[in-house]
Amino acid sequence: MKYLNEFRDGDIAQKLAAEIKHLTTRHWAIMEVCGGQTHSIIRNGIDQLLPPEIELIHGPGCPVCVTPLEMIDKAMAIAALPNVIFCSFGDMVRVPGSSKDLLSIKSEGGDVRIVYSPLDAVRIARENPDKQVVFFGIGFETTAPANGMAVFVAKQQGLKNFSMLVSHVLVPPAIQAIMTSPTNRVQAFLAAGHVCSVMGYWQYPPLAERFHVPIVVTGFEPLDVLEGIRRTVKQLESGEAFVDNAYQRAVTLEGNKPAQKLLGDVFEVSDRAWRGIGVIPQSGWRLSQAYRDYDAEYRFDVSGIRTQESPLCRSGEVLQGTLKPNQCPAFGKQCTPRTPLGATMVSSEGACAAYFNYGRFEVTS
Amino acid sequence: MQNLDFENWSCPLPLRNSPNIVIGHGGGGKLSAELVAHIFVPAFKNDLLDNLGDSTILTVPAGRLAFSTDSYVVQPLFFPGGNIGELAIHGTVNDLAMSGATPLYLSAGFILEEGLPMNVLGAIANSMGAAARAAEVQVVTGDTKVVDRGHGDGVFINTSGIGIIPDGVHIAPNRAQVGDVVIVSGSIGDHGMAIMSVREGLEFDTQIRSDSAPLNGLVAAMLATARATGDVGNIHVLRDPTRGGVASSLNEIAAQSQVGIMIEERKLPINPEVQAACDMLGMDPIYVANEGKLLAIVAKEVAEAVVATMRAHPLGQQAAIIGRVTDQHVGRLVAKTAIGGTRVIPMQIGEQLPRIC
Repeated sequence: MKYLNEFRDGDIAQKLAAEIKHLTTRHWAIMEVCGGQTHSIIRNGIDQLLPPEIELIHGPGCPVCVTPLEMIDKAMAIAALPNVIFCSFGDMVRVPGSSKDLLSIKSEGGDVRIVYSPLDAVRIARENPDKQVVFFGIGFETTAPANGMAVFVAKQQGLKNFSMLVSHVLVPPAIQAIMTSPTNRVQAFLAAGHVCSVMGYWQYPPLAERFHVPIVVTGFEPLDVLEGIRRTVKQLESGEAFVDNAYQRAVTLEGNKPAQKLLGDVFEVSDRAWRGIGVIPQSGWRLSQAYRDYDAEYRFDVSGIRTQESPLCRSGEVLQGTLKPNQCPAFGKQCTPRTPLGATMVSSEGACAAYFNYGRFEVTS
Repeated sequence: MQNLDFENWSCPLPLRNSPNIVIGHGGGGKLSAELVAHIFVPAFKNDLLDNLGDSTILTVPAGRLAFSTDSYVVQPLFFPGGNIGELAIHGTVNDLAMSGATPLYLSAGFILEEGLPMNVLGAIANSMGAAARAAEVQVVTGDTKVVDRGHGDGVFINTSGIGIIPDGVHIAPNRAQVGDVVIVSGSIGDHGMAIMSVREGLEFDTQIRSDSAPLNGLVAAMLATARATGDVGNIHVLRDPTRGGVASSLNEIAAQSQVGIMIEERKLPINPEVQAACDMLGMDPIYVANEGKLLAIVAKEVAEAVVATMRAHPLGQQAAIIGRVTDQHVGRLVAKTAIGGTRVIPMQIGEQLPRIC
């Protein structure tokens, strides 16, 4: 595909890696915020091209991973109801709640469907007027416009049988939470390119300035990631800290204005619990007052569901970059992709699953 | 649904003038007999089937017999590049061919859902007949049952088959040896993404078509080449990477042979449309199903000759050496990535689920 293969070129990758090596004089800890970037790094073996001084910390930017257990339990309680069609993005259906996952709800007779677009869930609602159709609206700013649009369209069409279970989270508050954590080791960030394609990157200069931390807006293909790292190392080595855009083909300073307008109408900022991390103030979105009728948490009485995370799971530390997945005592033992304790092991983007699945070997010849 | 070609389909009438399958078509009475006589017998036309006995008597040459069965439940029933009927023939023919056997005879069992349009069943049966003739196998026995509306998905088909394994051929998933070469017969992921793009309504400039095809002819040519170069036993493993794709097949071979397999990702033939669809849907083509491709693990000394033979065959034009068998990382499949890193490619758990973003 045009504009993709160009960014997967092995020769240019080697050149960029050589340049990063040339620039690097000491240890640097860089966090890629987005799970899509973690996936790309492990999938392509990008970290093996880097000098050993460069440590990549896999951040809390996998929407599946940070969705709290309690929210998944609520999703399952709703999905198990007899008159409900429950729609979800693909990899969310295998995330275990406290006892089972949405796939097992389906096998027990619940109507659980995987959709690619939230608007498909709206269509399903239109086609099934006698059913309640619920969409599991998770994600960062990237998926928010499509999820917001689904609620917007449902209201415009007067659909009374559509609602959304919302667990939306935001990147800038997470960066702030990481930088103010007493155990923080992160010295620079690769900002998530697709989040910025929606929101722009005007929110980031105050963070770069306040914490004196380089933030480089970075894409997802191998060359994008390497270029993001190269620019980050350049700033770190020269002692600079500003916001740089290494993903110019998709991201502008102001972002997608119509999308931001829609988001402002449909959502309002709220506190959010992050799986394994806890509640971060003002770190998420819920449906605004005007759209409250479409909130599945209000429509279905699930407020009584309260869930504690597994005591063995240390995904919180993994997500904050203070523990490598394979340093967790449960890693590969009680916790594997078949028997995941935390969502970092479930999602293919999760740092623990990535370590487990794509763990690598030295090539001997 | 695709535009169906009903031109070559034999008329199902009288069939008591029923335009759809009814429960009685599976009841063993007149309706059942008519269904067999007017749809299946003409579609599969051969002397052995014409006897319509409770079982078919076959005369087979002496030697080793390969026996295989598979069931087919695909939706949609018709997709770009094929349909469930062709798939049911190709799948079992290919399973037999992967043991080096020359497929001879198949059975076909149908579970039909009440209400299935008769012309749809006719089209499926007819293309099964055509696929069997093209693969030079005969469907010699069959069965039909009908389930209540809502209890099936239109048509389920089971086919079983037998074939004869030629002398000297010794192909098994535990025979990969250190130093062997890994070959794929062509582009990967075509079938799975053809199905996915119909289901998800993806459209590209060039439509993705299923690669559904019978591989016994290609296998016969490969065996002939190996025999001509000295030892037909030099073809160690054959596998058609259907569900779970190339990744699952090579993982299974690595585990069963107790060897490591190292492939180079950039050598995998992948059609651009398939790659684009995978990128959009968050899939990895190495896990996507194929229905007309094979993986071969062969001794190093015959690899070039076998690849040349494959490329001369219509179903192997894009054949490529993609990797080798090693004594490192035993039981695992490892890939050298396009940019020069490495990654372990694990077995997947259950279905491949699309990633969120």
